[in-house]
Amino acid sequence: MRVALFVTCLADTLFPQAAMATVRLLERLGHEVVFPEGQTCCGQMHINTGYPHDALRLVRRHVRVFAPYDVVVAPSGSCVGSVRHQHATVARGAGDERLASRAEDVAARTYELSEFLVDVLGVTDVGAYYPHRVTYHPTCHSLRMLRVGDRPLRLLRAVRGLDLVELPQAEQCCGFGGTFAVKNADTSTAMLADKMRHVLATGADVCTAGDASCLMHIGGGLSRLRAGVRTVHLAEILASTEAGVAGTPDGGAVAPAPTTGGTR
Amino acid sequence: MTRSFLGMPATAPPGVGHLRGSEPFPVAARRALSDAQLRRNLGHATATIRSRSAAVVGEVPDWPQLRAAGRAIKTDTMARLPELLEQLEAAVAAAGGTVHWAADAVEANRIVTDLVRAAGADRVMKVKSMVTQEIGLNEALLSAGIEPVETDLAELIVQLGDDRPSHILVPAIHRNRAEIREIFLRAMPGVDPALTDEPAALAAAARRHLRQTFLSTRVAVSGANFAVAETGTLAVVESEGNGRMCLTLPETLITVMGIEKVIPTWRDLEVFLQLLPRASTGERMNPYTSMWTGVTPGDGPQTFHLVLLDNGRSAVLADPVGRQALHCIRCSACLNVCPVYERTGGHAYGSVYPGPIGAVLSPQLTGVEDNASLPYASSLCGACYDACPVMIDIPSILVHLRGRVPHPKAEAAAMAAAAYTMDHPALYAAAQRAARLGRLAGRRGRGLPPPLSGWTASRDLPEPPPQTFRQWWAER
Repeated sequence: MRVALFVTCLADTLFPQAAMATVRLLERLGHEVVFPEGQTCCGQMHINTGYPHDALRLVRRHVRVFAPYDVVVAPSGSCVGSVRHQHATVARGAGDERLASRAEDVAARTYELSEFLVDVLGVTDVGAYYPHRVTYHPTCHSLRMLRVGDRPLRLLRAVRGLDLVELPQAEQCCGFGGTFAVKNADTSTAMLADKMRHVLATGADVCTAGDASCLMHIGGGLSRLRAGVRTVHLAEILASTEAGVAGTPDGGAVAPAPTTGGTR
Repeated sequence: MTRSFLGMPATAPPGVGHLRGSEPFPVAARRALSDAQLRRNLGHATATIRSRSAAVVGEVPDWPQLRAAGRAIKTDTMARLPELLEQLEAAVAAAGGTVHWAADAVEANRIVTDLVRAAGADRVMKVKSMVTQEIGLNEALLSAGIEPVETDLAELIVQLGDDRPSHILVPAIHRNRAEIREIFLRAMPGVDPALTDEPAALAAAARRHLRQTFLSTRVAVSGANFAVAETGTLAVVESEGNGRMCLTLPETLITVMGIEKVIPTWRDLEVFLQLLPRASTGERMNPYTSMWTGVTPGDGPQTFHLVLLDNGRSAVLADPVGRQALHCIRCSACLNVCPVYERTGGHAYGSVYPGPIGAVLSPQLTGVEDNASLPYASSLCGACYDACPVMIDIPSILVHLRGRVPHPKAEAAAMAAAAYTMDHPALYAAAQRAARLGRLAGRRGRGLPPPLSGWTASRDLPEPPPQTFRQWWAER
């Protein structure tokens, strides 16, 4: 299958390991990955911060760039959520019905990574190897906007060597919320503190999720605490094999490189 | 109505009632977050209600269908609100009641005050009601020399504590029993000085205090949960029986209700009386459901007045996205599941309507300029939408309202610049490189100026990677 990678601006700029892992994983499963270079940002930050007029040009760009492809995949529940549930609304709000219907068309062919693997490709065992104790945080938009359900967990359970531990009160928001983390930094931090407490209670050495944004938040907090727990995108775990670990440019050692937030 | 409007309907007037806070949400929240007792009380209470509600909601096999029915009935109601209100007015009048129309809080307070005076009373007893808190009726009555007595236990705690409600259903949720004992000892006339903080002992003390009020007060003021247009029937649901006393014992009953509380037919109650108790208190059936239709000779209040309040509701109705907020049945399920409410409590929202529903309702009632920080008091996690028994899409309304608030100039300029850059891939790639090479943020972002320093107060920024994805792709 020919798959267009919707990298997301955050993964492109700050967490390329997650995007590189997505490419390696899909190629390992026998698919052709293309990267439409005209893509930049889906506009979610503008939409959710109250700037639909500024977002409009980004929605238009996104729709134009991805319209030629049959399948679009992103390593993010949040950005796919915006494409699926907000793009057409922004276009309609601006009175552009034609763009709205094209946006709906693109949205119908856009998948979050775990949705694509489980629903479209029909695989749960992607042949990964990841010998670590891992806990999974279901990000709000993948959970409640996309309803990915237990798809990521089914994928993780099939990873060899991986010890999956359940995260207490997993469905509580980590407190990121885009510009919420800046505009309401204190409340966001209070939410983050509880999320980190639950992550640390699992005894996991890796916290994973399907969104680099939430992982940047949780990982940033854990790094500040010098907690010794890493955050790693789901794609990086699924791309890892005995032969090499995705996320480092040429595979390399089995121990994955520090990713979001990092450790010292 | 005493006024006629051309163009947009009026919003709730300032200077009266409790829809506007004195400070922005982040400032009020910051103070609340540092109150360890408050955090503990709220965390415990919301977790308890949440799990109780989830258990009884899970028992109902047709819960999704009930929610859809609730939404459909409310959507239909809003689509023909004027005609339903006139039908309600005619039905109430035919049953011996008197209907008054109040454009705003000032008018409603004046109508109620005049009615109490006309009844020759200097004291009224009150059933817990959000709408009378919204319009500041107690303050208006006090300034007219009339003493309002709250008869709901939690509302009484708030009144005696000279406090403000912090939850739609559990107004004193921010208090624990030790604090309640102190309030009673300080402010309840004739209280036993040996009062303990056992819940049963506290309830008994309130009971003794209120019994005298019930028997000796001739006028009661209530809100309404529902009003059936078809029959003119009003409904109040409550858990303590104080409402039943207020609605049956006095000579005169005055009910103040927001115009959105009307429902078309008696049959529609079937849906809401299943949804409301399970979503709100986690009960299978509501303990006290009182319904009355006008006046019944020889039974109950012999004079009944219904005050229909707008106070910004017509302005909400005029917004095709925002009008969903009028569907709210005040169950407070969205408060109990909200990670923001759970940590900040209700006072931080400034308005009597706190939590997610308050964040979409208050700014619309007052006009968004007056509650500009509230649409941002959410991480958009979506838990409120899932919990809402009438399926109000609160996250979408929040985003919609964010698009209508006045933005800070610097932020608007930065957003426009970001959108322009991101619409030009070459500029975008250059900006990515600059972010990496410049390290303007300092190590782990600690050199950032406000407001971005809000992030780095408690979190590190990731170190920029050696190359962006698109560079890696190009070199591959």
